[in-house]
Amino acid sequence: MNALSIKSLKSSVEEKTILNGVDLELPEGEIHIIMGPNGSGKSTLANTLMGHPKYKNIEGEALLFGEDLLSMKVDERARKGLFLAFQYPVEIEGVALGHFLYSALSARSESGEKKDPKKILQFRNSLKDSLSILDLSQDFINRSLNVGASGGEKKRLEVAQIMTLKPKVVLLDEIDSGLDIDSSKLVAKAIKDMRKDKISALIITHYPRIIDYLEPEKVHIMAQGKIICSRGIELAHDLEKKGYDWVLKECCGENGDIDG
Amino acid sequence: MVENNKDNFSFNQEKYDFKDAEKYVYKTTKGLSREVVEEISRQKKEPKWMLDIRLKALDVFLKKPTPLWGGDLSSLDYDSYTYYIKPSEKKSENWEEIPENIKKTFDKLGVPEAERKFLAGLGAQYESEMVYHSIREDLAKKGVIFLDTESGLREYPELFREYFTKLVPIEDNKFAALNTACWSGGSFIYIPKGVEIDIPLQAYFRINSERMGQFERTIIVADEGAKLHYIEGCTAPQYSTLSLHTGVIEIFVRKNAKVRYTTIQNWARNIYNLVTQRSMVEEGGSMEWVDGNLGSKLTMKYPAIYLIGDNAKGKILSITFATEAQHQDAGGKIIHKGKNTSSSIVSKSISRFSGRCSYRGLVKILKGATGVKSSVKCDALMLDEKSRSDTYPTMQVEEEDAVISHEATVGKISDDVIHYIMSRGIKESDAQAMVVMGFIEQFAKELPMEYAVELNRLIQLEMEGSVG
Ligand SMILES: Nc1ncnc2c1ncn2[C@@H]1O[C@H](COP(=O)(O)OP(=O)(O)OP(=O)(O)O)[C@@H](O)[C@H]1O
Ligand SMILES: [Mg+2]
Repeated sequence: MNALSIKSLKSSVEEKTILNGVDLELPEGEIHIIMGPNGSGKSTLANTLMGHPKYKNIEGEALLFGEDLLSMKVDERARKGLFLAFQYPVEIEGVALGHFLYSALSARSESGEKKDPKKILQFRNSLKDSLSILDLSQDFINRSLNVGASGGEKKRLEVAQIMTLKPKVVLLDEIDSGLDIDSSKLVAKAIKDMRKDKISALIITHYPRIIDYLEPEKVHIMAQGKIICSRGIELAHDLEKKGYDWVLKECCGENGDIDG
Repeated sequence: MVENNKDNFSFNQEKYDFKDAEKYVYKTTKGLSREVVEEISRQKKEPKWMLDIRLKALDVFLKKPTPLWGGDLSSLDYDSYTYYIKPSEKKSENWEEIPENIKKTFDKLGVPEAERKFLAGLGAQYESEMVYHSIREDLAKKGVIFLDTESGLREYPELFREYFTKLVPIEDNKFAALNTACWSGGSFIYIPKGVEIDIPLQAYFRINSERMGQFERTIIVADEGAKLHYIEGCTAPQYSTLSLHTGVIEIFVRKNAKVRYTTIQNWARNIYNLVTQRSMVEEGGSMEWVDGNLGSKLTMKYPAIYLIGDNAKGKILSITFATEAQHQDAGGKIIHKGKNTSSSIVSKSISRFSGRCSYRGLVKILKGATGVKSSVKCDALMLDEKSRSDTYPTMQVEEEDAVISHEATVGKISDDVIHYIMSRGIKESDAQAMVVMGFIEQFAKELPMEYAVELNRLIQLEMEGSVG
């Protein structure tokens, strides 16, 4: 079963077509990497899959475990198991992380376990654990979501959300950008540990370090709104040594014509 | 993202929107006249001096023009109201003795239950009179007075006279004069020296009749070192014609005393809510107005604090929520007279569906008031393009060393924020309610838990109607 199956996906932002027909399959339990030059459409793919209202799907399809993702509302996508760790997480004044995540968790269970004190305690403890695994202060539980958090803290808070909400498919948009060496190790390890729970992940990154650590099944290269090349982990290394120009030639023929 | 769904524009009025058959033991004829005022006084068996004040106030009321600077009062027809409705023969300290229909009303509103659960005392006013008033025995033993205002006048005439109209004089404004002419009901509270009451006292005001005017008068005195939290709740059923609520509240905070007065008014959308709230703080004392305005057609209310003693503190925390056909004209006034006094005003407004919120504020620092600190922060959230928000801040500073800050923001809920919340599985209306609650968190966290929960629920219900 494919966790994600994307076919000829095209989408636009503010009337401008950004995705030019993306094809990608993410089998359940695998980790795939997406790399590509700035502005090539990686975040646009993630945002289209999550359903941000600015990103309009024009053509093609995306299935989440065989179900049509693009016809679902954003919250429904999340409840079906999709999670996006944003490249730029927003700040929300007055909404505490703990309250936010508990609401998200309660929204998942129909049974309205909202007020069960046992569940709340359980939840608190597991959130505390996640924060300490990521070397984040417990204060974040009661602080306004992401407000005043540093760039690296915001990234780690996204990971803490994953650990709490336990989604099935995660899209990680540059989760390793802006992290110091220690933090990026913690984050990489946290993601690797999720493999035990058969999580499927599509990870957008510019850095080979996390790739080596995670041992992904596949590396995809995106350029000008398309996946132009999909290979094993060695692709990331070649890319680092030889640069995108080489990849474009190697993957798309001598003249680097990606439209051909 | 917010769609205009006109069918669903009110804060869960259902809970409050039920009418009782009109039952009363006495009511005055429609309109306001010398005879009506005399009749009110006669019904209350008042001393002559009170009647004299009432009549003087009536003159002032008739002479003063209706103010034009605030909300639209043009359809206020003074002759169409009933100014006094006596709902029952006596006031009681026991719910069982209260006329069945009135007791049922308060039961439905959950008032006796709240009293049992988390209040130190409760007063309940129905139409023109307090029908119920009771305080925990241990507090009464300590000398705490918590009475309806008429009983206060009768049982403690000297104390009463010492404070009545001392902060809100008859001439102050047209509506204060109106209230003074026909006041009825309200609470009279005296907290003796050093007595600290840690759980709140509450008054609940209910208007049942159509085209009725409610004019409660409340006097609170916190003697030296005393502490009190007083809560006021107000509701009425929805009629097609307008009713009038014009209260006056005078609060005296003596040396080192602390008073917090919390109002959450959720009047029906046919009520003019024109209230004068004022307090005076002596040396080292502290006064806080926590003021939530959700209901009414038009509210004009600017709680005031006079910091007359050195080192006194004042704080006004206000939220307003205006939806279709509502205008919340609110704010606050702080006058610094004492040295090293400090104040803060935080105002948060939310408007939607063409609703209008106005902030009107004054910070005044008098000559001689050195070492003053004051901050004013006004944030407005507009949930759609048609809504309106305006601010009218005034500062008058006569001492140069004052440290003053003023901040104002106007914003909309961003799509990115809603998307972010929804991307965690939370549905759109809940996401919006979450942002709104976050916006007023500073206010909500000052409320007793039960009220914060209720406020949260109301906002959630309100938001449910807004998303297609
Ligand atoms: N919200 C938006 N408004 C306007 N243009 C956008 C928006 N989002 C993306 N774009 C445009 O779409 C193109 C692709 O952007 P996208 O963010 O998907 O790139 P990316 O591959 O994630 O790049 P990076 O590596 O820098 O994060 C860019 O030209 C960008 O300017
Ligand atoms: Mg990006």
